[in-house]
Amino acid sequence: MAAYVLRRLFFSVFVLWGAVTIIFVVLRLVPGDPAYIMLGPDADQAQVAALRAQLGLDHSLIQQYATYLSNVVRLDFGQSFRLNADSMSLVLQRVPATVQLASTALLVSLLIGLPLGVVAALRANTWIDRGISVFSLLGQSTPSFWLGIVMILLFARGLQVLPSSGSGSWAHLVLPTITLALPFLAILVRLTRSGLLEVVHEGYVQTARAKGLLESTVILSHALRNALIPIVTVVGLQFGALLGGTVIVETVFAWPGVGRLLIDSIGRRDYGVVQASILLVATIFVGINLLVDLIYGFLDPRVRLAGD
Amino acid sequence: MTSEPLLSVRDLRVEFSTSAGVVTAVDGASFDVRRGETVALLGESGSGKSVTAQAMLGIIPKPAGRVTGGSIEYDGRDLLALPATATRELRGREIAMVFQDPLSSLNPVFRVGAQIGEMFRKHRGASRKEARAEALELMRRVGIPAAEKRLDDYPHQFSGGMRQRVMIAMALALSPRLLIADEPTTALDVTVQAQIMDLLARLQDEEGMSLVLITHDLGVVADVADRVVLMYAGRVVEAGPIREVYEHSAHPYTAGLMGSLPAIDGPRERLTPIQGAPPDLLDLPSGCSFRPRCAFASERCADEEPVLLGAPGRPAPHSSACHHAGKVLTDAP
Ligand SMILES: Nc1ncnc2c1ncn2[C@@H]1O[C@H](COP(=O)(O)OP(=O)(O)OP(=O)(O)O)[C@@H](O)[C@H]1O
Ligand SMILES: [Mg+2]
Repeated sequence: MAAYVLRRLFFSVFVLWGAVTIIFVVLRLVPGDPAYIMLGPDADQAQVAALRAQLGLDHSLIQQYATYLSNVVRLDFGQSFRLNADSMSLVLQRVPATVQLASTALLVSLLIGLPLGVVAALRANTWIDRGISVFSLLGQSTPSFWLGIVMILLFARGLQVLPSSGSGSWAHLVLPTITLALPFLAILVRLTRSGLLEVVHEGYVQTARAKGLLESTVILSHALRNALIPIVTVVGLQFGALLGGTVIVETVFAWPGVGRLLIDSIGRRDYGVVQASILLVATIFVGINLLVDLIYGFLDPRVRLAGD
Repeated sequence: MTSEPLLSVRDLRVEFSTSAGVVTAVDGASFDVRRGETVALLGESGSGKSVTAQAMLGIIPKPAGRVTGGSIEYDGRDLLALPATATRELRGREIAMVFQDPLSSLNPVFRVGAQIGEMFRKHRGASRKEARAEALELMRRVGIPAAEKRLDDYPHQFSGGMRQRVMIAMALALSPRLLIADEPTTALDVTVQAQIMDLLARLQDEEGMSLVLITHDLGVVADVADRVVLMYAGRVVEAGPIREVYEHSAHPYTAGLMGSLPAIDGPRERLTPIQGAPPDLLDLPSGCSFRPRCAFASERCADEEPVLLGAPGRPAPHSSACHHAGKVLTDAP
């Protein structure tokens, strides 16, 4: 297992390199020059050229890339063009808000999604199951930006029971959490339902019944524990989508997280901040996938003990 | 041994709804299991042996399957009339089961010690430590070497034979009075098969429990069974003491299995003692289900379904469901 983790860590470096490289290229392919954007439409050519030189944008792309990479390796992401502060520390300031939002959404999804999936499987092909299926299908196919706006109109403007934007209290967390959690929760319901239906006909479930165990023990202990094994992998991958979702949700609800900072910085072509955010999100994603593998090994002794 | 049977199955009917239609997997089966005896439940694949066992345990897979008739009397109570909680409490404590494939029947994610110990924890409220001690004791009893070390292993770390010993230990945990073993050796190597059969026979002797041994292998049961019940297409076609049925088969199906039936055309293949294909449960012939494969079949067999009756001229516990039982008996060498 230790050797496996080391190997995974080694490959993670390549994944992160890929992420920083792609974002470097993409940022420079999209039209819009940081110097023009910072100086505004009234600036003259000389001013722009001076600023470009100051920002290092007058070098060739290859040169810029080399400097950038060597800086990244030293964990130096440069100054924000816009805010005159270290890019990475700007991003890190925003991390707690995003972590709070994402982890609440994850928790809510698990607490609601797993039980709903179990109920749907136990009542398979009844109206309860169909109801849950319709809900999860809607949840999966509703775009976050639309849902967010509808929720604001309904609960903030209409009923005026919850704040529409900002942060600071639990009430602020409710609408963004629901918006972010819904697609993830919906996938979880479907995965749990199908996973459980797949294992309920297994021999060990029959054995558990033959042992005279309570039906709840049979399902929640013997069946679900096995059904969760493949679910964990997909959940790990889907968590990436949830992180991506924070960008939209934070923008809609003016939530002061990394996602919103990223959108603002892209608009201003604030290369350093964009690159730092992407690297951070990619690192979190890689870390979560590693964690998922560890959980997978924990859940399935056949995987855990394979190397011994 | 009292004369009152421990378990008495009467006219049991079990149906499954499948996409192709309703299958009657067990169609009016009746037989008894007396205290302390070993009954072999014999029949081809698909004859309804496992479903009969599932019905005895109350674990017919729902919602596809359901019991549509008959009774299963256990120690004076009809299991089919009991509430679900009552039958659940009997499972494991009074009636236990060992399945065919020990790998898929053990939960891959739990340690074997915990799987055995669960019986004590859930049924007896034992502590983790007590359950562990009991599990260890059982593992020793079923002959698992270095049991102490193996308590914390997972099923995949055991060989097939050892896994089946774990299953047996689990089934015996609460000293049930009836053990159903559904083809307990089919998935194992030949050398291991005999060891597992010996173990079952020894434990049955020690515990004085009744054993229902499901199999389609005559050789397996010859030495251990007291009585044999033969099933064909969901019905019991012949039943009786094992020697009696072996030596004086009163049903053409049994006679065919025993190899005592005169060859109909040409040399008989050793591995397929019975001519013709097994019956299609969705499209059974009228009258006797065995009719299309039977050398004795007559018009009456098509019109009238034979019922289980005493074999003509044979001592009492021997019964057969064949219109031509007398002829089958006299034709045999
Ligand atoms: N879960 C199920 N769903 C639908 N039909 C079933 C189910 N279980 C059993 N059956 C039907 O019942 C019939 C009898 O099955 P059963 O498992 O009792 O046979 P068996 O005698 O145990 O055979 P084998 O020797 O192959 O184990 C099968 O042919 C099948 O058509
Ligand atoms: Mg079977």
